[in-house]
Amino acid sequence: MIQVFKDVKVDWLANRRVFIAISVLLMLAGLGSAVVRQWAPGGTEAFNLGVDFKGGTVVTVRFKQRPSAEAIRDALAASGASDAVIQPVIDKPDVVLIKIPLAGTSDAESQAQIDLGRSRVRTGLNKFGTEGDAYEIIGTDAVGAVAGAQLRNKAIAVTLAALVGILMYIAFRFEWTYGAAAVIAVFHDVLVTLGFFSIFQWEVSLTVIAALLTLVGFSVNDTIVIFDRIRENRRLHRRQSLYKITNDAINQTLSRTVITSGLVFLSVLAMVLFGGEVLRGFSLALLIGVIFGTYSSVAIASPIMVWWEQRIAAASKTSATVANRSATGAARGPSTGGRQPLPSGAGNRSRGAGRA
Amino acid sequence: MKKKNLLQRTILIVVITLIGIYIVIGPRHRPTLHDFTWSGIKANLAANIKLGLDLKGGSHLVMRVKTDEVFKNLTLNDASAIQTIAKEAGFPVKEVKAETTGGNYRIILESTDASKLNDIEEAVKKKVDLSEWTASPSGNTIVWTLPASAQTTIAEQATEQAQRIIESRLDAVGVAEPLVQRHGSHSSHQILVQMPGIQDPERVKQLLKAESKLELVHVVSPPSPAPVQTYNTEEEAKASLGGTVPTNRRVLPYADRNEPTAGGQASGEQNQPPKKWVIVESPAIINGSELRSAAATQAQGGGDSYQISFALKPSGADKFGAWTGANINEYMGVVLNDEVKSVAYIKGQIHDQGEISGRFTKQSAEDLALTLRSGALPAPIEYLEERTVGPSLGADSIRSGVRASLVGLILVVLFMLFYYRGSGVNAVVALILNMILMLAGLIIFQATLTLPGIAGIILTIGMAVDSNVLIFERIREELRSGKTIPSAIEQGFARAFVTIIDTHVTTVISSLFLFVFGTGPLRGFAVTLILGLVINLFSAVYVSRTIFMWELSRKRKMESLSI
Repeated sequence: MIQVFKDVKVDWLANRRVFIAISVLLMLAGLGSAVVRQWAPGGTEAFNLGVDFKGGTVVTVRFKQRPSAEAIRDALAASGASDAVIQPVIDKPDVVLIKIPLAGTSDAESQAQIDLGRSRVRTGLNKFGTEGDAYEIIGTDAVGAVAGAQLRNKAIAVTLAALVGILMYIAFRFEWTYGAAAVIAVFHDVLVTLGFFSIFQWEVSLTVIAALLTLVGFSVNDTIVIFDRIRENRRLHRRQSLYKITNDAINQTLSRTVITSGLVFLSVLAMVLFGGEVLRGFSLALLIGVIFGTYSSVAIASPIMVWWEQRIAAASKTSATVANRSATGAARGPSTGGRQPLPSGAGNRSRGAGRA
Repeated sequence: MKKKNLLQRTILIVVITLIGIYIVIGPRHRPTLHDFTWSGIKANLAANIKLGLDLKGGSHLVMRVKTDEVFKNLTLNDASAIQTIAKEAGFPVKEVKAETTGGNYRIILESTDASKLNDIEEAVKKKVDLSEWTASPSGNTIVWTLPASAQTTIAEQATEQAQRIIESRLDAVGVAEPLVQRHGSHSSHQILVQMPGIQDPERVKQLLKAESKLELVHVVSPPSPAPVQTYNTEEEAKASLGGTVPTNRRVLPYADRNEPTAGGQASGEQNQPPKKWVIVESPAIINGSELRSAAATQAQGGGDSYQISFALKPSGADKFGAWTGANINEYMGVVLNDEVKSVAYIKGQIHDQGEISGRFTKQSAEDLALTLRSGALPAPIEYLEERTVGPSLGADSIRSGVRASLVGLILVVLFMLFYYRGSGVNAVVALILNMILMLAGLIIFQATLTLPGIAGIILTIGMAVDSNVLIFERIREELRSGKTIPSAIEQGFARAFVTIIDTHVTTVISSLFLFVFGTGPLRGFAVTLILGLVINLFSAVYVSRTIFMWELSRKRKMESLSI
């Protein structure tokens, strides 16, 4: 039997300060990039938003004999589209994306601009030969400013709503501290991934949002596998501390975590390499997301959950010595009223922490 | 007992697999030998799976009906009708004003005699349909306002009407299998049009957008033989009316100019002869709703010049005939989309024939005739989103998507076989079954496969195999702790199942949000991911378990498990 890990005994929680410091640094780097880019004069914007969110036109052109990006830019500038961005497609040498940003904000303006931009691109490209002969427009995407803003708001709302849904499910299946810890970890993953997109100015499109939501699901998966194990171990070993139980759970599930993440990483890598230009933003976001989603389950979600549970346990202990039991129940919520460990059941919650 | 259970499970799995395979590659006609050849299978697969526009090529348009224009036109038309009627009946009317700013639509009638207000209101009500308006007389004015509820109804009707007109235009121009439906929230008045594989998206776009508001109007001018009265600027025309345009007059541009071809060139950039302006009477004599037919015909000069001949319905012909009969030697104008196309003086009574001249090309005349026949849009529309994918780009996307899926699948399969040996076969069988059933699910639910959908499939490969990894790792653990093989398998599945349910439900929750609230590409992704996860509960748990049971039952006593 081949095994990645044999009987690991790492004290993960001992390093929690290091982990959290790394994550905070990463998030600050992303945030810093976004803030600096947004407010520094003459700089780019926080995110390189695609036409989906900002409005504008993308024309996909296939050339028989592709001119240099310079030549295309000059030809377009001569026909009046001087703000066009020329982007060659990595895996298709004969295809070029021509992006024309929107300047106005009102819909009437943007509509006129879109039509004008497109006719200018045609005029510019005609310098290289006639359409259908020297070049072929194989795709266009044009989004007005208002539609762009609508799509953007919708994407943010959907992401937040999905997070709330996950929080509620985990709170229902486990405890609300588990749910909160998982959601904080996932939020961290989304922020770090977005940070990369800001730092490297990769384009944020609708599919990137889909990738972020997938990453949310994936990262929560990882966290749940560990939490499930913690729940199970608490039932088996009532007398052990939550600290030890959590460390054991992470170690026991480590091979699964590494294998699964490795496999998802491989299939996403296949998507980055072979999935073509349209899926590139999506697969890049997922590639980063898989790494940080795995990391955060071990390094963020678990420490936060343990820390929180320990604080609650400590608080209830002091209050139990001072006041009567009903006050304790109120402070910790109705579901945790019974402090005697029950024999079994999903709702069972034996306070391992502080009991060792 | 055990044996019987195993047999039942095996039969169920085989039946589901066969049904799945039939749904995916089976023909929807009486099977022939060809359906068992490679090319036949490929053809059936292509026919069974509905591809999205991004994969097969086509246009996706989101448009908004500018409903505020409907209110504006309604206000202006009703105001001029009120003025005409009140004046004709000889009531003391000082002025009729129309207000159309800031989302408020009001018609204000000011009379010189407050005691006549009720009579005026009654008289107007008899002749003009003012049922949407709320009238409130006070002092010597009557104010009609358009309440919010009426605005909602009118806007809704306009959007529905626009949708019907768009459908009939798509039908007339011969777009195959178009999809026309409302988009976004109902109050956003958006319409989504999807057209697979069309040749000239620009032309269709212009056709759908064409307002085609046709009116025949009385041009205010000294009667023929004097030339028709034109003005060089809009201001000049307004000045001749005393600075402000009264409710029963309109100032319209009049230019005998080249029509842009509907094929695309933006008209703004062409050199046009200078515009002139004319004053016309409002309301129009008749409008496009009285049209019976319209067709492109060659102009009298012949050559490349075309015009549109139209005929009126009987009701319109009566109105038109009566008016022309009464106005011989006056000028009449043909107005298209608030621009006077041609002006003619009336030699004699005309009943039901007319033409729009204006140096059209054959194509533009045919397109205009088509849009006139389908009726005028109740309000202008604007495009919010236009996405066109050429068939070659779509084919490229399919190729890259399939390639990425296969590479991902092969990598995962190789790893599972290498790492879990014999049990890896379980995982591989489960994975392949998952792929087949997912495609079958897409076909059953008539869902379209899009490029993000393919991404969802690739991701399902990664996530589906996670269930097997969870189970296998658990079985290994149980074996290490000294359990017998049957009980290790039993425990492994039982323990891992709880985790699998939790992980699947959370991912389905986030995908459901994508599906319910997301737009186009996000939904395609969510559909395949949800399908894949649900099927995975069957393939990775039930099927894989059955394979283990089968292995156990073959040997009386199992010495070792290849895991």
